[in-house]
Amino acid sequence: MSKHIWVIAEKRKGTFHSSTYELLGKAREIAKKIPDALVACVTLTNRSLTPEMREKLSEQGSDVILNIINEKFERFDYLTYLKALESIAEKFNPEIILAPATTTGRTIMPALAASLKTGLTADCTGLDIDNDGNLLQTRPAIGGNIMATIKTPNHRPQMATIRPKTFNPLTEKYSKTAIYHEIIPILDISDKTKLIEFKEISEDQKSIQDSEVVFSGGKGLRKPENLEILKDLAKLVGGAVGASRPLVDSKWIGHENQVGLSGHTVKPKIYIAAGISGAVQHVAGMQTSDIIIAINKDVNAPIFDYSDIGLVGDAAEILEMLHRALKNIKEEIPDA
Amino acid sequence: MRIAVLVKQVPDTDLVKLDPETGTMIRENTGNIINPLDLHAIEAALRIKEFMSSETDIVAFSMGPPVAEVALREAIAMGVNDAYLISDRRFAGADTLATATVLSKALEEFGPFDLVLAGEKAVDGETGQVGPEVGAILDLPVLSYVAKIVEFTEKSIIIEREVEDGKEIWESRLPCLLTLTKEVNEPRLPTLNMKKKARRVKIKTLNCDSLKIDETTVGLKGSPTRVAKITTPKIARNAVIYEGKELEEGIWKVIELLKPYLEENHE
Ligand SMILES: Cc1cc2nc3c(=O)[nH]c(=O)nc-3n(C[C@H](O)[C@H](O)[C@H](O)COP(=O)(O)OP(=O)(O)OC[C@H]3O[C@@H](n4cnc5c(N)ncnc54)[C@H](O)[C@@H]3O)c2cc1C
Repeated sequence: MSKHIWVIAEKRKGTFHSSTYELLGKAREIAKKIPDALVACVTLTNRSLTPEMREKLSEQGSDVILNIINEKFERFDYLTYLKALESIAEKFNPEIILAPATTTGRTIMPALAASLKTGLTADCTGLDIDNDGNLLQTRPAIGGNIMATIKTPNHRPQMATIRPKTFNPLTEKYSKTAIYHEIIPILDISDKTKLIEFKEISEDQKSIQDSEVVFSGGKGLRKPENLEILKDLAKLVGGAVGASRPLVDSKWIGHENQVGLSGHTVKPKIYIAAGISGAVQHVAGMQTSDIIIAINKDVNAPIFDYSDIGLVGDAAEILEMLHRALKNIKEEIPDA
Repeated sequence: MRIAVLVKQVPDTDLVKLDPETGTMIRENTGNIINPLDLHAIEAALRIKEFMSSETDIVAFSMGPPVAEVALREAIAMGVNDAYLISDRRFAGADTLATATVLSKALEEFGPFDLVLAGEKAVDGETGQVGPEVGAILDLPVLSYVAKIVEFTEKSIIIEREVEDGKEIWESRLPCLLTLTKEVNEPRLPTLNMKKKARRVKIKTLNCDSLKIDETTVGLKGSPTRVAKITTPKIARNAVIYEGKELEEGIWKVIELLKPYLEENHE
C-alpha cells in the first residue's frame, strides 16, 4: 500500500485557504523522498466539491482528494471533525498528517494526535525526510532563539502543524489528475456542542498575512498618532499595517495586527519595520519576507541584521517623508 | 460544581537575557512564574464560582519539577481551593502527549470535573497542544480560543471563540474543556492576606506511583517525539545602511521599491 501524506485543507468562505496550497506544495517535495508516497488532500465539507475545486486541488499537488462529508462541516465542529478524522486515519494509516497552524489546525491536530497516540510538532518552519524515512520537523524554540528539529521515530502517523505563509505553493501545475473520493462516515455524535451563531468580521481592513506590502510600527513610533502615517502609507500602496507586541499590549492596535512569535507570521514582498528593535520574537514572524527595510534611530539596533535596507533616523520623520514623496508621485500618474 | 484548572510554571521570559555570542537564551536566574495565560483560566474559574449559587470547588493541577509549586501557590493566592503538584523524575523529557497523559490521569483520579480550563498555550513552549490533548484523552468536547464566557449553568456553558474570520458562539453541555485567550478577562491580583495564606499552604504532591500510571507512558519513554537536532539560526541578510548625508538616497531607494504598488493600486 502506498504511503499517504495527508494535507488537511483549511476552508475559508466556500473555498480553500492559501495555506492548503502551501502545504500541498511542501507535501509534493517531501513525497519525492518517500518511495511509493501519495499526497492526499483531506477536505471536510458539507457537500461534494465542485469540478473547479477538485481541479485546483489537483493542480496544486494532490494525487487523491478525500472529501469527508457531514452536514456539520459548514464550519469547524470539534467533535465531528475529530470522530471523522479518527475513523479515516484508522482506515488509511497515513504516514504523515500536515495541517495549517490556524485556530482549527491547532485544535484538531493535538486532539487527533492524542487519540492516535502519536506525536505532534507545532508551528513548523521546515520539513524534510531523513535517511530512515522519518519526517524532520523544524520549529523555533525558546522564544525563537534556536531551531529545534523534532522527529517521531517509532510512531505513525507523524504529525505537524505549519504556520500559513511558511512554504510556497507549487510554481508549476501538478500534471496528474487527482482521484476524487467522497466519504460519508457514519458518526455516532451526540449533541454535546452546538454552534449558535457566527459573526463574520468585516474585510475592509486588509489582513497583514495577505498583503504584499506590510508597514509595521514599534515602540520607536513614540505616540499612537504616528500610527496614522503608517496607515496612510499602507492605503497609498494597498498594503497592511503590522505592529510589534508592545503596541498591541498598550492597545494602540489590535492583536490581529501583531507580527511575531505570539502574533502572525507574514511573508510580504516588502516588509518595513519602523521603530522596531528586532527582538527574536518579532523577527520570527517576518524574517522570510522578500525585502526587509528597517527604520531605526539606533544604528546598532538588531533589526538591521535582518534587513536589506537600513535607514537610520527618526521613524515618524522618515515615514512622513516617504508618504509625502509617494503621494506626490501618485498624483503625477495620469488617470487611465 | 467542580472545576479543574491546568497550570504551568514557566521561566520569567521578561528577565531572560540573550547570550551575545551564541544568540541563545540564558536560562539561569530567570525566576519562575505562572504561565501568564493560565492566570486567565484561574480568573475564569473564580468568576464562575462567584456567579454560581451552589458550592463550587476549584482545583489546580500542575505537572512539573518541584519549583512548579510557585505556580500553584500563585493559584491559591488568587483563590483556588486546592492544588496538586504532579512531580516525578520519571516525567523528565515529557513531550506534550506524555504531559497530557499524566494530567489526564490526575483529573480522572480526582474527578469527575464539570469543567476543565487551560490557558490557550504556555509562553515557553508555545505549542498550545496540552489542553486539546487532555480533552481528547478524557473524551471531553474541546472549545479552544475562548475569548468570552457568555453564560453558565449547572449543565451547560455558552462561550465565544475568536477565529480567523470572525467570532463563533458555541453552547456545550458539561463536562467540557476550554482553552482561554487573554481576551477572556483581567486576572485579579491576590490580596496580601491571600498571599500569606498561600505561602503557608502545603501543596499536595502526586507522582507516578500514587497515580498508578504505567511508567512507559510518561516522560521521555512515553513521548513519541524526539529532538533530533538543535541549531542556532544564522543571520542571512546584509543590510545596506543609509545614515546622515546618505539617508536621503536610502529613502529614494525605498520609494523606488514601493512605486510599482502605487500604480497597481491606482488602477
Ligand atoms: C514569549 C514572548 C513572545 C513574544 N512575542 C512577540 C511577538 O509576537 N511580536 C513582537 O513584536 N514581540 C514579541 N515579544 C516581545 C519582544 O521580545 C520585544 O519586546 C518586542 O518585539 C519589542 O518591540 P519594539 O521593537 O517595538 O520595542 P523596543 O524593543 O523597545 O524597540 C524600540 C526600537 O525603536 C527605536 N527607536 C526609539 N525611538 C525611535 C525613533 N524616534 N525613531 C526610530 N526608532 C526609534 C529604538 O532604537 C528601538 O530599537 C515576545 C516576547 C516574549 C517573551
